[in-house]
Amino acid sequence: MSRHADIVAEIPRLRRYARALTGDATRADDLVQDTLERALGKWPLWRPGNLRAWLFAIMHNLFVNQMRSPRVVDYPGDGAIPEMSTRATQTDVLELHDLARSLSLLNVDQREVLLLVGLEALSYEDTARILGVPIGTVMSRLSRGRERLRVLLAGCEPAETHLRVVK
Amino acid sequence: MNIPPISEQELHAYADDRLDAARREKVEAWLANHPDMRQTVAEWRIHNEQLHRCFDPVLDEPVPTRLAEAAIPASRFSLGLAAAIAWLAMGGAIGYQLRGAIPSQGLPPTASLARQAALAHAVFSPEVRHPVEVAAAEEAHLVAWLSKRLGAELKPPHLSGQGFELVGGRLLPGEAGPVAQFMYQDARGQRLTLYVQRDAQDSSETAFRYANESGIGVFYWLDGRFGYALSAEMQKSELLRIATVVHRQLNP
Repeated sequence: MSRHADIVAEIPRLRRYARALTGDATRADDLVQDTLERALGKWPLWRPGNLRAWLFAIMHNLFVNQMRSPRVVDYPGDGAIPEMSTRATQTDVLELHDLARSLSLLNVDQREVLLLVGLEALSYEDTARILGVPIGTVMSRLSRGRERLRVLLAGCEPAETHLRVVK
Repeated sequence: MNIPPISEQELHAYADDRLDAARREKVEAWLANHPDMRQTVAEWRIHNEQLHRCFDPVLDEPVPTRLAEAAIPASRFSLGLAAAIAWLAMGGAIGYQLRGAIPSQGLPPTASLARQAALAHAVFSPEVRHPVEVAAAEEAHLVAWLSKRLGAELKPPHLSGQGFELVGGRLLPGEAGPVAQFMYQDARGQRLTLYVQRDAQDSSETAFRYANESGIGVFYWLDGRFGYALSAEMQKSELLRIATVVHRQLNP
């Protein structure tokens, strides 16, 4: 397949990751656009291999640079959740809002690992390569990120689930 | 029972389905005796599932035009391709609602037919989760639905003699209204798409034309009220052979 068609085919995946990472639909698409433009500019350097990982690595570098700017607000609002299918129940919607809110409270390092592994299903090795860190760092961020997410989500549980019927 | 200890790293790999069967069994045996950790690992899995439920809908959103444009370098970015991307990006439903209300892009219909077909092929043929809207298993429904939307009877050709089975079909926005795309796949997973456009102008032109759009070969032709384009990444001669079969089946 031609390289342009290959890149076009990766756009939905890049958008999904960017949405979960930034928490905002417009900012996510801006990040995807920057990534695509940077990828085309760097295309002469590209050697056949894992195109997806290469694009995610470009996105990671752009995102990290953005986050260094003091003007950037991480996870600005409620814009992360895509429109749910009509089949989604109210409970689903609430649960997913809790998830997005908890993601926003993770630090960026942990959020990236959690999303690359848990959402994008990338291997630990590819995740390490994308983030430019050793695999041990990926595993420790995954461990801490998961623990923190667990604690945050436990705190989001509606109060009635804590009530037990005492016989 | 003497079960060797399991590292936390392996528990994560288990939750993420990264272990082979042998290791998975060992982890499961260990978890059976460690209910607290079993609960934690179950939660990790639930969180992965929730991430998918939360963000997978993004995969089905139409790709914004500006992003599709950003993936194509300016030198190769012709007006026709821009138009095709714009139409794809708008999404089927909107394109259909607006049919007839959009001025034509001022290109000869056959040339833009090949570009649009190639682009639709490029976007949908790599799809693993959603290659088609209606699967071939529901062929009667697929035929009835697409025929209704295109306003004329439409039947996907059968290409099993060429080694390709119908995967299914989808509806796309085209320049002059809805367009049907049928997708086929062979035993090696190679995909072939047939793009069927209801042409505004009645034409008796039946000549086969060939275009290579960024590596995707397209044979296209007009026939009566329809424009057809067959796209795949394969040798021109092989694609022509299949295009001939398609043409013959459509004109018995």
